[in-house]
Amino acid sequence: MGRLLERLDKVDRRVIYILMAASVIVPLALKLDFPIPIGSGPSMDLYMAIDTLPPGSTVIISFDYDPSTKAELQPMAVALTRHLFGHGVRVIGMAMWPQGASLGQQAMAQAADSLGAEQYEDWVNLGYTVGAGVSLLRMGSSIEAVYPQDRDGVPYDSIPLMRNVRRLGDVDLAISLSAGDPGIHSWVMMAKDTYGVPVGGGCTAVSAPEFYTYLGTGQLVGLLGGLRGAADYETILRERIPGAPGGLATPGMAAQSISHLVIMGFIVIGNVAFIAGRSKRKGGAK
Amino acid sequence: MRLFVPLFMTFICGMIIILQFFVPHRPFSTLGERLTDWYMIVASAAIFLGAVNLLQVHSARIRFRQKNWQYSPVVIGGFLVMMAAGFGWGVADGKPFDWMFQTMVVPMGATMFSLLAFFVASAAFRAFRSSNWRATLLLVSAFIVMLGRVPIGDVIWRLIPGAAASSHPNLVNEIAEWIMQVPNMAGQRAVMIGASLGVVATSLRMIFGIERSYLGGSD
Repeated sequence: MGRLLERLDKVDRRVIYILMAASVIVPLALKLDFPIPIGSGPSMDLYMAIDTLPPGSTVIISFDYDPSTKAELQPMAVALTRHLFGHGVRVIGMAMWPQGASLGQQAMAQAADSLGAEQYEDWVNLGYTVGAGVSLLRMGSSIEAVYPQDRDGVPYDSIPLMRNVRRLGDVDLAISLSAGDPGIHSWVMMAKDTYGVPVGGGCTAVSAPEFYTYLGTGQLVGLLGGLRGAADYETILRERIPGAPGGLATPGMAAQSISHLVIMGFIVIGNVAFIAGRSKRKGGAK
Repeated sequence: MRLFVPLFMTFICGMIIILQFFVPHRPFSTLGERLTDWYMIVASAAIFLGAVNLLQVHSARIRFRQKNWQYSPVVIGGFLVMMAAGFGWGVADGKPFDWMFQTMVVPMGATMFSLLAFFVASAAFRAFRSSNWRATLLLVSAFIVMLGRVPIGDVIWRLIPGAAASSHPNLVNEIAEWIMQVPNMAGQRAVMIGASLGVVATSLRMIFGIERSYLGGSD
């Protein structure tokens, strides 16, 4: 037994890698499905914040991420834009990360095509801006000063959607899908705290804990944390909106479930071997 | 004079930006807007500086055959091709820039980040040990949150007889949410308040010329 534990403690890292890969690939290949419980929580709070907006409202989504976190944040972008367009809300896309503008375009165009939303009437992608929080501060007095034209070069004044949206305070809700800084922190500091615009967020699972402080103070109206947050939102949409399609995150929850179990299994093995080794060393010392 | 001018500019700009929050009227509001416009112009120019720096660093690496220099031609080639595609055909959907972004940059970026899962698993196995009661507390909390953040946690909980019919069929999820909303939030709030006070103190030191390391000197 002692020798077995010793061998387990020194298991080759390639074994861990293979088991991790299998724990992701097998559930996806077998299309395993686990029920996702939806109760009150930050995901539901964000859903309610959007669902209570009157049709015709305007929402800014800031795509503050890049391809490295696409797996977690793009499903949120797709689910949120689908909900917004389906609810008759107009969407202004922008990005504080250079590559976020292209990812946002992909999400918005995909949702707009399937729901019949018109570019420049119902949605627009303003593109990337440098300056992070400083840009948001400037947008508080004039969005046009930061974005004289949209991502495709269309002048601000030629975009029908932007006619009644001159400054940040004119939007009804801002949502930052954030993989780091600049992201939710900047939006809370500038849009919410300075101009009083309600702010919602979506972030990677690893950064979700730091944003719970904003939920507690009401500075965030809701939060989608990681793939689970995206899956929560997709599940809420399916439950509340008849005919809503399945999303990208829900199938990933089975893979994430099994991979979490595998990691936990390794941690347990490591600790059993560690505790057994410690007892052995203590015994040897006596 | 070389010291006075940047310190004076920092003081004036810093004070204007601070004052516009407390006095949101002219002249501070318009001066603040003008300064934020300048900031965005300077930040945009920094992108070009970054691009030039990228070319310089990797050209030198190739010229002097530094370690792993073989990757540098790929970096320079990729940079130039993407830049040419963007300037030549624009960045709209379906254009060469967009095609390369969607079919090359996105999968490669996602792959790099996905590799973290393997390293996290390996590191957790080797380092996450209950060596004392604090580490054990952290370990137990991590287990609950890891189980609570995925649906299988409650599936396992409901395998316990009577759990599914109890008033808490999603108990693992509820406990994980409690950990996030109470102990985690308390700790994060302390960290955030501490960091914010540090930012305020450092900013004031810079505005008043006490902190000068950003000028490039030692003091």
